[in-house]
Amino acid sequence: MITTHDLTKRYGHTVAVDGVGLDVREGDRYGLLGPNGSGKTTLVRMLLGLVFATKGEIEVMGRPVPRRVREVLPDIGALVEGPGAYGNLSGRTNLALFDAAGPGSRRRDRRQRVGEALERVGLAGIDRRPVKAYSLGMRQRLGLAGALLRKPRLLILDEPTNGLDPRGIREIRELLASLNAEGTTVFLSSHLLGEIDALCTRVGVMDRGQLVVQDELSALRAPTGHVVVTTPTPSRAVALLDGRVSSISGDSVVVRHEDAGALNALLVEAGITVTGISTQHRTLEDVVLDATTTSSDRVS
Amino acid sequence: MIRVELAKLFRRPRTYVITGLLCALPLIVAIFLATTKIPPPPGQGGAFLSAVLSNGALYPAAAMALVLPVFLPVSVAVLAGDAVAGEASAGTLRYLLIRPVSRTRLVIAKLLSLVTFVLFAILAVLVTAYITGSLLFGVSTTSAGVALPADVTSLSGVTITPFGLVLRLLGTVAYIVVSMLSVAAIALFLSTVTDSALGAAMGALAVLVTSQVLVTLDAAAAVRPYLPTRYWLAWIDFFREPVLWRDIERGAGIQLVYLVVLLGAAWANFLTKDVAD
Repeated sequence: MITTHDLTKRYGHTVAVDGVGLDVREGDRYGLLGPNGSGKTTLVRMLLGLVFATKGEIEVMGRPVPRRVREVLPDIGALVEGPGAYGNLSGRTNLALFDAAGPGSRRRDRRQRVGEALERVGLAGIDRRPVKAYSLGMRQRLGLAGALLRKPRLLILDEPTNGLDPRGIREIRELLASLNAEGTTVFLSSHLLGEIDALCTRVGVMDRGQLVVQDELSALRAPTGHVVVTTPTPSRAVALLDGRVSSISGDSVVVRHEDAGALNALLVEAGITVTGISTQHRTLEDVVLDATTTSSDRVS
Repeated sequence: MIRVELAKLFRRPRTYVITGLLCALPLIVAIFLATTKIPPPPGQGGAFLSAVLSNGALYPAAAMALVLPVFLPVSVAVLAGDAVAGEASAGTLRYLLIRPVSRTRLVIAKLLSLVTFVLFAILAVLVTAYITGSLLFGVSTTSAGVALPADVTSLSGVTITPFGLVLRLLGTVAYIVVSMLSVAAIALFLSTVTDSALGAAMGALAVLVTSQVLVTLDAAAAVRPYLPTRYWLAWIDFFREPVLWRDIERGAGIQLVYLVVLLGAAWANFLTKDVAD
């Protein structure tokens, strides 16, 4: 769906995006994770032909961008760095105007499509109030409705849950998952780890303009080679497994061991009560912390 | 796209506020003239102003002379300066471009919407001026038609038919729309350069004020024929008998040159610009 090769954007001496090779496949739920200022938004803008690359190639749905971006944009719904709307007009009028501005919009079913999009994002009941009276969350939902208006094959969403409350975030996550199940490829960027952890199947991590990690989330969450054992008698477990215990905290013991089942059998055989046992996996946070250097807004 | 631009133009309250202000100026002047009956001395004050005291039918022409030199170009500069920069700062520009609307089409639609605004504003001023003129000064049309005032016609006492007056007013409207093209093109160009609508409007006004000052400066006589405001008042020649075409043609020519050059610059700049806000 999206591939980039050595994509670079310089602003004067600052390098905003540095040699990025993005690979988003059809049907993916791709999450681009990175702190603020790591180049996510500039990358997204280049994919949409808004910002022109200094170096490198972009291909979206088989077309070179920005040269033939106009051929693929009708099939893309996007939200770039916050929603944009005419404040003096109502949400409905805004969507209708944006729809009428571009090619290939049928006038006949416009009202119906606007209604459907608003319903999908949870704004079915909006009245004629102008957008300037909307809350931040409502604007965000309106922006999403605009992205969904023409049933796109690819959604490119930059920080889609900004300004939403926890319930709103959950609703949008479920909406994106169901759109993905219907066949829409979802590419979203966020600085919130939890958001990407909960939704995405593939993850890219940006750090200072570079794409430092890109893989399936399941592959990133590989076992660490440790098993976490919870027992009311940790001292007995330590005595039994001496030398293989890597840490103890309270009544849970972290043991260097490949197989939780075998370890469990060993403990039970020795008469140690096991109340919980699980294979330890790397968390997305571990992956990100390993791959990135320092916090981008830290100046030292 | 042009339909969308027109919808945005006519759904914004500011369009009507600006037009209302433009209409208010001739109204205020008319009230002072009608109550005091003191005409401006010959050769001073706006064109046609002394003539309207005897014939209100000429007040639309007088109103044009009042709003054209400052008020109308200021409002065009403000709207044109906001055209692209305003969309950029409202965050709507990027959504128009990914809709997708081609950048060329967007610039042209903006210009056409500005032309529409000028037409709308002028027509509103003409209509209100005709109404105030005929109510406050009375319309004296003889069977022979309307007498052209001596201070603008080369031949005094020439009369033209009401139909002739309408034709000349239409010519005036067309010429004023053309005169505003250079202002619109300057502000539109600056609007693609900066993200500040105020900055773009200010830049265009700076060009206009400089041009107005240089027009009156004899030391700058060498560049005078090329200044954008040099022939702005040439529409008065529509009210001479016969119509004096020389300045009108030159004025329109200069405006078209400014339009082509600056619109080309705006287009070239916008086409390669990073839309990063």
